Amino acid sequence: MSTAWAASPSELLMRAASKAAGRRRSVTRRRLTLIVGLVLLGIAILAVFLAPVLVSQSPTTIDPLHPLAPPLTPDHLLGTDQYGRDILARILYGGRIDLAIAFGATAVTLVGGTFYGLIAGYIGGRTDSVMMRVVDLVFAFPFLVLVIAIIAMLGPSIFNMFVAIWITSWVAYARIMRAQTVVAKKQQYVLAARALGYGRLRVMFRHILPNTASAVIIFSMVDAVGNIILAASLGFLGLGAQPPAPEWGTMIADGQNYILSSWWLVAMPGLAVLYIGISFALIGDGLADLLRAGEQ
Amino acid sequence: MSGGQPAPGAGAPLLTVCDLRSYLATGQGVVRAVDGVSLTVHEAEVLGIVGESGCGKTVTCRTIMGLMPARILHTSGEVIYHPRGEQNLLDASQAQWESLRGAQLAMIFQDPMTALNPVRTVGDQLLEAVNAHAKLSRPEAQARAIGLLERVGIPAPARRMRDYPFQFSGGMLQRALIAIALASSPRLLLADEPTTSLDVIIQDQILSLLLELQQDTGMSMILVSHDLAVITEICDRIVVMYAGQVVEEGATSDIITAPRHPYTQALLDALPQAGQRGQLHSIRGSPPSLIDVPDGCRFAPRCRHVTDECRVWETELIAAGEREHAARCWRLHDIGRSQAWQGSDSA
Repeated sequence: MSTAWAASPSELLMRAASKAAGRRRSVTRRRLTLIVGLVLLGIAILAVFLAPVLVSQSPTTIDPLHPLAPPLTPDHLLGTDQYGRDILARILYGGRIDLAIAFGATAVTLVGGTFYGLIAGYIGGRTDSVMMRVVDLVFAFPFLVLVIAIIAMLGPSIFNMFVAIWITSWVAYARIMRAQTVVAKKQQYVLAARALGYGRLRVMFRHILPNTASAVIIFSMVDAVGNIILAASLGFLGLGAQPPAPEWGTMIADGQNYILSSWWLVAMPGLAVLYIGISFALIGDGLADLLRAGEQ
Repeated sequence: MSGGQPAPGAGAPLLTVCDLRSYLATGQGVVRAVDGVSLTVHEAEVLGIVGESGCGKTVTCRTIMGLMPARILHTSGEVIYHPRGEQNLLDASQAQWESLRGAQLAMIFQDPMTALNPVRTVGDQLLEAVNAHAKLSRPEAQARAIGLLERVGIPAPARRMRDYPFQFSGGMLQRALIAIALASSPRLLLADEPTTSLDVIIQDQILSLLLELQQDTGMSMILVSHDLAVITEICDRIVVMYAGQVVEEGATSDIITAPRHPYTQALLDALPQAGQRGQLHSIRGSPPSLIDVPDGCRFAPRCRHVTDECRVWETELIAAGEREHAARCWRLHDIGRSQAWQGSDSA
C-alpha cells in the first residue's frame, strides 16, 4: 500500500499479472480437491467391481487351517479372520454393499427430499406448514434410534436398512431445499418467469432448482459418508448385512474379540470406511468450491 | 372520464381497469397500496403511469399481471382484457393466467441484472420464452430467438446466445429481457421502470427501442416511471398516481401544458430546466403512509392550495376539459398553471 502510488505502469502490470496467476492457481488447486476425490472413489468402485479378478479367494469360504493369518502372508495380502476367510476378498466384496448404500440410500433421499422441500417452499402457505411439520416430526426422533426401531420392526436385512435410511434422512434435504426455495422464489427472475406465463412446475424445476441445487448436492456428499458409517454401525449391531455376507461394519463387529491379538481384523475394514469417507469428503469440498466459484 | 373526445391516436380499448383496489395485509397493518384506480389502455397506445416511489404504480402493474402474492393480497374492482371477453382477470384461474401471461400480456422489470436466471444462458432462457406459447421446431425456434436478439440491437446475437447473464452489461440485459418479453408477440407490454437502473445514455436507447418496437408491432404499452421526463418523451397519455390513487389523467400534451392537479403541477415544476440556476424546486413533505390514510384529499398536507374543506372531503376525478382530461381536485377550476406554483416553493 505504501508504495502503490509510486509504482510505474510496468510494475503495476507485473504485480497484477502475478496476482492473476495466483488466482488461476487457486482455481486449479480447488479443482484438484475434486479430482483427487473422484480418482480415489473411482479406484474404489473399480476395485469393488473387479473383485473376482483381483482376488482369487471367495469372501465366504472358510479355511480352518489358516485362521488369523497376519497381513502379507502369501495368498492373504491383508491376512485372514478367525475362520480363515481372506480379509482383502471380504473388504472388496463387502464394498459392494457399502458403496451401494452410499449411492443408493443417498440418491433416493437426495431426490426425494429435494423435491419435497422445493414444493413446500414454492407453494408456501398452509401446504408448506403441513409439509414441514411432517419433517419436524421425523426430526424430533433421535436419528439412530428411529433407524434401529424401523429395522427392528421390518427385520434385519440390507434392503430394510435401505428402507430405514430412506424413511429417516430425506428430511435434512427437505429443510435445506425449502429454505433455499423460499429465498429464491422472491428473486426477480422468478417473478419474470411467472410474468412470461410459465407454469408452476416449469418455474420450480427450470428456474428455482438450478439456482438452489448446489447446497443439497454438497450436503449429499457429507450424507453419503454418514450413510456408510451408519451402515457400518448397523452392521456392527447386527442389524444390517447378515453373516456370512461380508460388510465392513459386520466385519469390525466380528473382529472385536480379537482386537488385541489380531488387530487387522478390525483395522482393515476400518481403513476401508476411512478411505471411502475421505474420497466423498474431498468430492464434497471440491464441488462446494467449484459451485461457489461459479456463483462469483 | 365523462364525455369529451377520445385521446389522440387511440383505437378500441384493450385493457380496462375499473376501481381497482389492492390492499396488502402486512404485520404493520393493511397497506392500501392501490385504492380505486381506473384506467384504460387502447389498442396501439402508450400509456404512462407516473408518480413518486411507493404510490402504488408497481402494485397496480403486478395486480394487472396477477403477480402479487395471493396470501397477503385482497383485491376488488375489475381488470378486463377485452380480447378475452368480459372476464374479470382478478378472478382468473391459474391456467387462465398461464395462457394470458407471456402470450398476451408481458412485463419487463426495473432491474435487468436480477430479472434473468443467473445460472442459465441468455439463449436458453430466450428459447424457453419462444417455445412457451408456440410449437416450433428446434431450428425455427433458434432462428426466431436470434432474430429477436438482432431486433433489439444485440450485436453478434448467435454468439451472445451462449453467454450467461453476468457476461452482459445492464443495457444489453434489458435489451435481452425486452426480446424475451416480445418472444410471443404480446398485445400489451407492461414496462415497470425499465430504465431506472440504467445510465442516461442507455436509458434513451432503451426508450427509443421500446417506442420503435411498439410502433412496428402495433402492441400497446404501459410505461411506469417516477421520471416525468421519461414518460412525456414516449407516452400518448399519462396517468398521474399519488398515494394509491389516480390524481390526474389526460393526453400527454394536455398534462404538460395545462396540468390541473396541484401534484402534477408540482411535479412539473420540480423538473430541472436547462440553464436553471440556484435551488431546484421540490415538493415539501413526503407522501402519506398507506396504512393510516388521512381523511380528505390525500395530497392536502403538501398542497399549496389547501383549504379546510380539502382536509375533510375527498373527491372523484373531475373532468377538466377536452379529450378526457380529468383531475382529482375539486378546486381544479380555481387554480391555474400561472398561479403560486411558478418559481416559488424551494425546500
